[in-house]
Amino acid sequence: MTRRTRLIVFAVGAIGVGAALIWGTAGAPPFGHYRGPYGDVFNRRAVPERHATNVINAITFDYRGIDTVGEEFILFAAVMGVTVLLRRQRDEATPRRGDGDRPPWRPSDAVRIAALTLLAPAVLLGLYIVAHGTLTPGGGFQGGMILGAAPLLVFLAGRTLLHPRRDPMGPLEFGEGLGAGGFVAIGMVGLIATGAFLENVWPLGRIGSIFSGGMLPFINVAVGLEVGAGLVIALYEFREQTLLRGRG
Amino acid sequence: MLPYLLAAWLFLVGLYGVTTSRNFIHLVMCLSVVQSSTYVLILALGYRVNATAPISKDVPLGTRAVDPVAQSLVLTDIVVGVVVTALLLSLALQIHKRTGTLRPDDLHVMEG
Repeated sequence: MTRRTRLIVFAVGAIGVGAALIWGTAGAPPFGHYRGPYGDVFNRRAVPERHATNVINAITFDYRGIDTVGEEFILFAAVMGVTVLLRRQRDEATPRRGDGDRPPWRPSDAVRIAALTLLAPAVLLGLYIVAHGTLTPGGGFQGGMILGAAPLLVFLAGRTLLHPRRDPMGPLEFGEGLGAGGFVAIGMVGLIATGAFLENVWPLGRIGSIFSGGMLPFINVAVGLEVGAGLVIALYEFREQTLLRGRG
Repeated sequence: MLPYLLAAWLFLVGLYGVTTSRNFIHLVMCLSVVQSSTYVLILALGYRVNATAPISKDVPLGTRAVDPVAQSLVLTDIVVGVVVTALLLSLALQIHKRTGTLRPDDLHVMEG
């Protein structure tokens, strides 16, 4: 297909889709006037029912928890896909460990200092966001993302990502599996104890305390572990590719 | 109405990028633009003027808040989207390794 015909085909489709989108949103409530009712029901009931002041967190991991289990396994499968696609091919050299296991470039001092200065605050912020997921904006997904970004800072600083002579994939894969399996295991506890998957069986705690929300803090930790480890696995695989390339 | 139009615009402009792309990495980024249009649309549907975030930590119970369901949907979607982008980029890397090109137009036949 030439570029010209492709553009014509795209234009026809785009006009159709654009018209459908405008027609569809014209029937939606006007912007800024959400009508409910589900959001309002959750806003009223999440705190009394789950003692979680972050209503979003209660919805993600409790009210629509089984849906989130599915989303988490999309993430799990995507990370597995990255690992499989970027595995070392038969005709590729094995990257040397030790001194050679560094990025094939030397970052400027400004980048190194900025990255290494931000490392500790990034880890602390990630842990805070995971731990306070049920109280304030945040949770396992967001905190896991920040934690997964911390090794990226180390890499930007031109340092080895982890111990040069040990393969980090073992513990990382264990962490990812533990996080993904942990979420399902917590759900199974509810299933066995009450007959409903992810039904809360843990004391709800005092509203506003870090241990409030019943099982929600545990799920936040499990998801944070899974997201963080998954991101680092993907990052590590891409880094391995740049090392292969750097050696030519 | 403007946020809805913005979502439609992001969707179409991203799709235009995908169709006319000359580089797989650019194509993956365009796909991210398409995906971000869904965030704008869903968040716009749940927005409410003069309302707080659905976090009742420091406000009395029953304060008017925006729709928390929309935010819950979008937050998981963003994280999953990042990892799916990584998967697509690793596909682009494999294509470059096997064929030495990143131009979608250069790949004509299916190769086993």
